[in-house]
Amino acid sequence: MKHTVKYILIFLAIFVTPAIAFAQDNAVPVLNGGDTAWIIVATILVMMMTIPGLALFYGGLVRRKNVLSVLMQCLILTAAIIVEWVAVGYSLAFTSVEGGLNPFIGGFDKIFLQGIGINGLLDGYGIPELLFVSFQGMFAVITPALIVGAFAERIKFSGFLLFSLLWALVVYNPLAHWVWGGGWIGEMGAIDFAGGTVVHINAGISALVMAILIGKRKGWNVKGAAPITPHNVPFVMIGTALLWLGWLGFNGGSGLAADGLSASALLVTNIAAAAAALTWAMLDWIINKKPTVVGFCTGVIAGLVAITPAAGSSGVLGAFVIGIAAGLVCYFMVAYLKPKFGYDDSLDAFGVHGMGGIVGSVLIGIFATRAITGDGGAQGALYGDWHQLWIQVVATAATIAFSTVMTWILFKIVDAIVGIRASAENESIGLDISEHGEIAYE
Amino acid sequence: MKKIEAIIRKSKFDEVRIALHEADIDFLSWWGVKGQGTAKQGLIFRGIAYDVNAIERIYLSFVVREVNVQKSIDAILKSAYTGESGDGRIFVSAIEQSIRIRTGDRGDESLYDKEQ
Repeated sequence: MKHTVKYILIFLAIFVTPAIAFAQDNAVPVLNGGDTAWIIVATILVMMMTIPGLALFYGGLVRRKNVLSVLMQCLILTAAIIVEWVAVGYSLAFTSVEGGLNPFIGGFDKIFLQGIGINGLLDGYGIPELLFVSFQGMFAVITPALIVGAFAERIKFSGFLLFSLLWALVVYNPLAHWVWGGGWIGEMGAIDFAGGTVVHINAGISALVMAILIGKRKGWNVKGAAPITPHNVPFVMIGTALLWLGWLGFNGGSGLAADGLSASALLVTNIAAAAAALTWAMLDWIINKKPTVVGFCTGVIAGLVAITPAAGSSGVLGAFVIGIAAGLVCYFMVAYLKPKFGYDDSLDAFGVHGMGGIVGSVLIGIFATRAITGDGGAQGALYGDWHQLWIQVVATAATIAFSTVMTWILFKIVDAIVGIRASAENESIGLDISEHGEIAYE
Repeated sequence: MKKIEAIIRKSKFDEVRIALHEADIDFLSWWGVKGQGTAKQGLIFRGIAYDVNAIERIYLSFVVREVNVQKSIDAILKSAYTGESGDGRIFVSAIEQSIRIRTGDRGDESLYDKEQ
C-alpha cells in the first residue's frame, strides 16, 4: 500500500508537473473562435447603430426639408471616421508613449495599423487586434454622429465636416486613451464599460456647447408659433429599434469575449432600456394624458445610454434603478429645463446622451457589485464602498470639462475658417436643397 | 352656373362625398389643406404639449348648374355638421363660362353627361 502511494507520487512528479509547467507556458493567449465570432457580429451591430439606426432616428425627428442633410451627415461620418481611425485615431487612442504624456495621449506607433498582423492578438484577449480596431472604430464613428442631433437643421455641411473630423482627432481620441487606452482615468480605476464617458457624456456635452454657440433654429420655441415637430415618426421607431438592437452588440461586445459577463451586459442593457422607456411613457401619460411614440423611443435611448458605462458592473437591481433614473432625469431635462434655459438642442443629443451618460456613469459608484465585477472587484456605495463613487464623479467631471473646453475652441476655429451656421435663407429653404441639391420626397 | 367650395373636417369627408353623390353631384375635386381658425389641435413632442391652430382640413370645389346649387349646399350642411367649433365654411360664387375639353360643349351642357 505504502509503495503504491509512493509510485503514484513519483508518477505524478514525473508526468504531471511538466504538464502543469507546459500549461503555464501556454498561458500565452490563443485565438478563441467563439470570442472572435461574437465580436465580429458585435462590430456589425454597432455599425448598424449609426447607419441606418441613428440616421433614421434623427432623420425622422427633423422636418422633411432637412431629412437628407441628417442622413448624409451620418453617412459621411461613417466613411470619414473609418479612414481617420485607421490612419491615426486607433494609434492615438490605444498605444502608449514613453514619458509623462502617456496618461493623456497615445503615440504614433500604429498609424495606418502598421505592425498589426492578421495573427496578432489583442493583448490579454482571445480576439485578433485587427478585430478590436474595427470594433472600436465603430464607437469612434457613432460618437461624433450623436452630436449631429444638437445642430441639426441649421449647419453648413462644410463646417459640420471639418468640425467633426477635428473633434474626432483631438477630443474623441485623447478621451478614449484616458479611459480605455491606458490613460489617467482608466488608471485611476474609473469604470466605463462601453462608453458612458468616452461616447455619451463626451458627445452630449459637446452637443450642448454646439447648440448654444450655433444658436436657435429660426422659429423654435417662439410663443404662439407652431412647434417644430418630427416629420416621420415611423422612421424614429425604426431607428430606435435598430439602435436598441445594435446596442446589444455595443454593450454585449464590450467585454471582448463571449462569456458570462457579456451575457450579463446584454441582459442589463435590455432591463435598463425597458425600464426607462416605461418610465417615459408613464410620465407622458400622466402629465400630458397620452403616451407618445416619440416619447417612448426617447426613453429607450435614455435607458440604453445610462446603462452603457454600467453594463459590466451592475446587476439586475442596478439596471432597473439606472433605467428609471435615466427616464426621469432625461424627461425633466428635455421637457422642462431645455425650454427654460432656451438653448435649442434640436434632437436632444445633450438631454438624452449627456444627461443619460452622467446618470449611468455616477450611479456605477452606487450599484457596482462584486456579483458582476468578481472577487476584489469594484463595488458601489450600496455595498458600503464610497471610494468608487468618488472616482466615478471625478471621471465624469473631467470628461465634462474636457469636452466643453475643446468643443468651444474647435467651434471658434472652424467658424473662423469655413463658417458653421447656414445662411438664414438656406436654413429656411431647408438643408436638403441648399446643401445637397436633393429632395427627399417628390 | 355656380362654383361651390367648402372647407370641411377631414373626418367628415367620406360622409360629405356620399351625401353629394346622393344629391347627384358626381364631379368634384378636393385637396388636403392646412388652415388656421379658432379650433385647436393638441400635439405632444418630448414631454411638451402644444395647442396648434394649424389644422388639417379638406378643401373641395365643384361647379354646378343653378338647379343643383341648393341641393349641393344642403347635402354639405347636413353631412359636414358636428356642432363643434371648426366645422368649416361653404362658399358660392358665379362662374362665367365652362367648357368640356373632350367635346367642346359650353355652359350647362358641359356640366352633366348627356348620354345618361
